[in-house]
Amino acid sequence: MSARRSFDARVRDALADPHLKIAIERTTGNARTKRAAAILSWPSYPAVRDLARDIKDHVIANLDHYLVQFERNALASGAQVHWARTGQEACAIVVDICRKAGVRSATRAKSMLGEEIGLPHALADAGIERVETDLAEHIIQLAGDPPSHIVWPALHKTREQVRALFLARHHDPGALETVEAMVASARRELRARFQAADAGISGANFLIADTGAICTVTNEGNAELTTTLPRIHIVTAGIEKLVPSTAHAMALLRPLVRSATGAELTQYTTFHCGPKRAGDRDGPDAFHIVLVDGGRTRMLDEGLAEMLRCLRCGACLNHCVVYRHIGGHAYGGTYPGPMGSVLTPIFDGLPQTRDLAQACTLNGQCQEVCPVAIPLPTLLRGWRDRSWREGLEPATVRWAVRAWRFVALRPALFRLVNSVAVRAMPLFARGGWIRRMPLAGGWTDHRDLPRPAARTFMAQYRSQRP
Amino acid sequence: MVQKPGPTPREAPNVGLFVTCLVDTMRPSIGFAAITLLEAAGCRVEAPLDQTCCGQPALNAGDRDGAAQVARRTIALLEPFDAVVVPSGSCAATIKIHYPELFHDDPAWKARAEALGARTYELLSYLADQRGWLPDQVALGATATYHDSCSGLRELGVHAQPRRLLAAVEGLALRPLAGSDTCCGFGGTFCVKYPAISNAIVGEKAGHVEATGAELLLGGDLGCLMNMAGKLHRTGSGVRAFHTAEILAGMGTGPAIGELP
Repeated sequence: MSARRSFDARVRDALADPHLKIAIERTTGNARTKRAAAILSWPSYPAVRDLARDIKDHVIANLDHYLVQFERNALASGAQVHWARTGQEACAIVVDICRKAGVRSATRAKSMLGEEIGLPHALADAGIERVETDLAEHIIQLAGDPPSHIVWPALHKTREQVRALFLARHHDPGALETVEAMVASARRELRARFQAADAGISGANFLIADTGAICTVTNEGNAELTTTLPRIHIVTAGIEKLVPSTAHAMALLRPLVRSATGAELTQYTTFHCGPKRAGDRDGPDAFHIVLVDGGRTRMLDEGLAEMLRCLRCGACLNHCVVYRHIGGHAYGGTYPGPMGSVLTPIFDGLPQTRDLAQACTLNGQCQEVCPVAIPLPTLLRGWRDRSWREGLEPATVRWAVRAWRFVALRPALFRLVNSVAVRAMPLFARGGWIRRMPLAGGWTDHRDLPRPAARTFMAQYRSQRP
Repeated sequence: MVQKPGPTPREAPNVGLFVTCLVDTMRPSIGFAAITLLEAAGCRVEAPLDQTCCGQPALNAGDRDGAAQVARRTIALLEPFDAVVVPSGSCAATIKIHYPELFHDDPAWKARAEALGARTYELLSYLADQRGWLPDQVALGATATYHDSCSGLRELGVHAQPRRLLAAVEGLALRPLAGSDTCCGFGGTFCVKYPAISNAIVGEKAGHVEATGAELLLGGDLGCLMNMAGKLHRTGSGVRAFHTAEILAGMGTGPAIGELP
């Protein structure tokens, strides 16, 4: 995917792809149905949601305290803690750890932070073999695609497309006539590489301050193989993943998993605390935790603190009418959908990404389904305000809004303009509808425009009044 | 016919009708339906002549200063009324929810915006919740389905009220619409700024409307209704669209959106 191509061009490609809508709808439709059922049968959800929001807000307001506490406890557990101001620094730290330890091959458990900081590229540049072990990540690694969803990164591929990919790229695929056969083929492909890896790299769903442990939630068990088999385990995590205690992690886990998949729990919820101790049967010899700022403290300064609540559940993507039609790649950033439209300008700059906040109907469903009540439409409006202030909006939009304002502040002119409009528009009508009209292509290219009434409401109302 | 006023004129609130730009130009019958209904619900109604637009085009484009200028004049114009009623969830929410947000640094105007917001209502919820009004002896033998426009639904909690009002129309059968709470793809200027995305969204919506088999599509926001009706008509569907106020005011036998009188 080329970030240099325009948003409109990416949207055009997405809408022209006949498989994409089918693929998106299969996964997100299923997720919406299951989430709705889970929430419906969970009477305490509103209270749980308030609690989850309050926990995140408390941590965000006290990041300095919990970061220091986490570091102290992680060090005490035998972990090594690294601090990275930027994604590049974080990648450099990971590569440095790998080089010093002679790592040639690293397995990775799916981590959106890893994508955000560009870790796949950094590993490739350093000549370290990267093996994606999450099934969906394995699919997109074979296809050379970036993720298109934060929970199901290969959601843009139909199972038919995955079958073709595996047939072409797996060493011993067999016939692959069922989904089970496809999973088994991926298992065969990955098994030896799990065992051969020198390092395992994961993210973290939670950083637990009072124990120094990290928590990962997965459904495939690949994270456990990634983090326990190799001699080194490296965690990269955003600093907003902190929670005060394991109990707080549990309080967030419940709405996180239900919002993501509708399940009560993921198949695997694993707490990793320090490296292998004397007498432990397995676990890594060295356990590194890289804490990444990567724009997060800047979000605090720029009025986006509420976005740091995000648990990365993907519910806002699954319920977004825009995401559901254009898919993740059209957004052009690491994170798509409503949460991505708020985050991407922070990472990639507003001038390059101004379309994201605009390409939204502000319908509010994202906020409604967010398990930590992030006011996503308000935050998107914030980017729109800034884009306007910084003069990033196209001249045509600026001119149109200014002209509208001039008229809206002058009632007599407003009435005149409307009266002229309702007289002019019928010239283009056939019967009650207008199929084409100059300057209205945005509307009439796709739908008919009703013919306006012969006289405006105000004109009729005025003449009726005594 | 609609019910005659219940309360005595002395108790009748002075309601300012904010008709909205789209109703003013595209479908004035919705404004007249609103007057009929509000009067039937015992209100004295006036549509102040100097009203213009609520300011959404500027607000949604990020031009907060422009939106605030328009908001100040709209607030001053509507302040004298006991209540302000709007036949659109999105324009009502702009006045009620977003005007106060425009005056962070201006306590005097913020207070005026909040005071006005507290007595600004979307038409259907005002009739049902504030006036406790139900249509009486309004009949329309038809099947209909209802789309919940997003601003009304999520910013103002308009969901049960229109269904309650429509249930009192004799002969009208409401059929559930799959994804009735999902955006139709209008989104104000969104639909012309990103027409291809909007088209994909409204195409899916039109399919859901068709699938109900209903004769009529009803809603509470003309922008969304024009979007859906325009797509339905372009695709050759026979579904006819009305604003709910028109049905309640007994205009359901007249021309639907896009039909000549």
